[in-house]
Amino acid sequence: MGARLLGHALRSQVSAALKEGRVTPTELCQRCLALIKSTKFLNAYITVTEETALKQAEESEKRRKRGQPLGILDGIPIAVKDNFNTAGIETTCASNMLKGYISPYNATVVQKLLDQGAVLLGKTNLDEFAMGSGSTDGVFGPVRNPWSYSKQYKEKSVPKSHSEDEEYNWVITGGSSGGSAAAVSSFTCFAALGSDTGGSTRNPAAHCGVVGLKPTYGLISRHGLIPLVNSMDVPGILTRCVDDAAVLLGSLAGHDPKDSTTIQDDFKPFELPDLPDVSKLSIGIPKEYHAPGLSSEILSLWSKAADLFKNAGAKVVEVSLPHTRYSIVCYHVLCTAEVASNMARFDGLEYGHRSDVKDSTESMYAATRREGFNDVVRGRILSGNYFLLKQNYEKYFVKAQKVRRLIANDFGKVFGSGVDILLTPTTLSDAVPYTEFIQEDNRTRSAQDDILTQAANMAGLPAINVPTALSERGLPVGLQFIGRSFQEKQLLTVAKWFEKQVQFPVIQLEEAERHDNGVFQHQKSASFS
Amino acid sequence: MRVLSLGRWLRAGRVPPREPASRPSGHRHSGHRPQGPPQQKVSVEVLEHLEHLALVDFRDSEGVERLQKAIQFADQLHEVNTDGVEPMDSVLEDRCLYLREDDVTEGNCTKELLENARETVEEYFVAPPGNIPLVKLEGQKTFLQGSK
Repeated sequence: MGARLLGHALRSQVSAALKEGRVTPTELCQRCLALIKSTKFLNAYITVTEETALKQAEESEKRRKRGQPLGILDGIPIAVKDNFNTAGIETTCASNMLKGYISPYNATVVQKLLDQGAVLLGKTNLDEFAMGSGSTDGVFGPVRNPWSYSKQYKEKSVPKSHSEDEEYNWVITGGSSGGSAAAVSSFTCFAALGSDTGGSTRNPAAHCGVVGLKPTYGLISRHGLIPLVNSMDVPGILTRCVDDAAVLLGSLAGHDPKDSTTIQDDFKPFELPDLPDVSKLSIGIPKEYHAPGLSSEILSLWSKAADLFKNAGAKVVEVSLPHTRYSIVCYHVLCTAEVASNMARFDGLEYGHRSDVKDSTESMYAATRREGFNDVVRGRILSGNYFLLKQNYEKYFVKAQKVRRLIANDFGKVFGSGVDILLTPTTLSDAVPYTEFIQEDNRTRSAQDDILTQAANMAGLPAINVPTALSERGLPVGLQFIGRSFQEKQLLTVAKWFEKQVQFPVIQLEEAERHDNGVFQHQKSASFS
Repeated sequence: MRVLSLGRWLRAGRVPPREPASRPSGHRHSGHRPQGPPQQKVSVEVLEHLEHLALVDFRDSEGVERLQKAIQFADQLHEVNTDGVEPMDSVLEDRCLYLREDDVTEGNCTKELLENARETVEEYFVAPPGNIPLVKLEGQKTFLQGSK
C-alpha cells in the first residue's frame, strides 16, 4: 500500500484507489479508526462510532464489489461536529445539557452523506454549543491542534526535549469546529462537517492548515443542526484540498423542504477546472481588514498573495468596507439575542439533562439550566435577554439589525462595482498556546478572533480559508476568499488556483506515518514565504 | 452561594474599581474604540427580572460583571448613524420563504420522542406543578437576593 494513503486527497486519490480496488472501504475504515485511537490525546472526537462505521464500510464494500457504488463518497470515512443530530448516536454539543441525548433523527446533511455511502467515524469536539473561538470550552475538554505535535512545529520550538514542555506548549485548534479541523488535519478522516456562525469553520481551518468552506446562507440545509443564530448559521465543510470541498458541497447543497430558509433554486454540482484561470478577475483587498493586531507575518503573506494575482493578470484593487469594525459588536447583540431564544428550549422536560428539583416547573427549569449550561452559554443568554427587554429592544436589537444592513450593503457596493472576489487574512495570527489562550475570557477571545471572519456571516456570503504557508513558529496560516452570494463555483475556482500556487506543506506527524505503513513521501513545497 | 459585597456597590450605584483586561502580548489587542459616555449600572431590579426571564442565574459577581461589559461593548453600536436604515431580519429578504403543502408527511414517532425524556407517564411528559412563583430555596439564593 506504499505511499501515504490516509493523507490522500479524497477525490483525486482515495476515491480512485477505492474504485480500482487498491484498497477496500473496510481497510480504510480500520486504518482511520486505529489512527483515531492513537491520536486520542488530541481530544478531537467526543464519540467514535466504531461498530456502525465498520458496518457501513462493509456495506460499501459489497456495493463496490457489485460494481454499484453510490458515488464518489461511497466508503469514504468522514466525521461530523457534535452539534449535528445523528440518529441513534449521542449528540452532546459538548454540553452537560445534552450528555446522554441520543438523537432520534439525522440532520439533513448527515442523511445526505450517509445516502451516498459515506462512513461516519464519529462526532467531533467543539466549544459548548458552538460558542467560542478556541474549542476549549466544551465539557469534554479542549481540542489540541495536531500541528503542536508536528515535526515542523517542534523544530521551531526552543529546543527542550522534555515531554512536559510538549504538554505546556500545545497550541489550540481555534474554534468552534476545532475537533473537525483537527480530525481532518491529522488524517483520521477525509472530510468533516463543521458549522459556521461567526467564523467557526474558517478559524480552526486556518489554525489547523486545512480548507474550511462557509457556504452561502441558504445553500445548505440547517435541518438537524442545533441552532445558535438562525439567521447566520450554516453547515461548514472541512477538507484537505479545495477539490474535495467542491465534492462535499456538491453532495450537500440544494433545497430542503425541511428547512424553509434554503433557497429553491436548482443547485448543480460542479467540478473545478484543472487549470483555473484568474486573469479575467477583479480581486478586492478590503483595507479595513488590516485590523489592529494583525501579525506582520500574515500581513506580508496577504500582500504577497495580492502580488501573485497581479502577476497572473488579475486586476487587484483596494476596496473599502467601512462598517467592518462594527461587525463584531453587531454580532454580539444579534447572536446573544438569538441565543437567548434558541436556548429556551432546554428545560429538561422533553430531552437532555433534567434537574432533580421538583417543587415547581419554574424551579425545575432554573435548576436544570444552572446545572446544564456553562458560564459562557449562561452569560450569552442573560446578555441576550437584556438586549431584548422592552426598554432596550429598539436601542440594541433593532439598532444592530440596522447596522447589519449597512454591513451587508458595504459588500453589495463593492461587488456591484465590478470586484469578483475579496482576499483577506482569516486570523490575526497563527495558533497560540493553550496556556496563553485561556488567560482571556471567552467573549474577549471571540471578539478578537472573529473580527476577520464574522462580516461574511452578517452578509450571508460564501467564504473559504485556504492554507497558505507556515509561520515562523512552524504553524499554519491561511488566507480567506469571500465571494458573491451563491457563486461558490467562482469562489472555489479562485481558491483552487491559489492553492496550486502556494503548495502548502503536508503536516509531518509521527502518529500518522506509523499508521500508514509506508515510507513518508516528503512533498516538496514551493515555499511561499 | 457566595455572600456578595458587590450588592453594596449595586445599590449605591457605584462601580467597583476594575482592572483593565490584561493582554498577554501586543498582537492580541482587538482594537476597541475608547469608551463613550459613562454607562448606567444595571439595577438590581433589572438583574432579578433578567434572571427570572432567562431562568438562568448570574451565580456571582463575575456574572454581573460580564453583563456590564457586554452592555458596554454593545454601546459602540450607537456610534453608527442609522437614520433611514431599515432593520435587516434575514439576508434572504428578497426571496419568498418556502411554504410546503399542508399535508401530513411524517409523524407516528411517539415512542422515539418519549425515549429521550427522563420523566414520562404513558404518552405524557411529566412536569412538576406549575403556577408556583419561582422561590429561591435556602442555599440556592443568588447573591442578588443576599444583597437586599
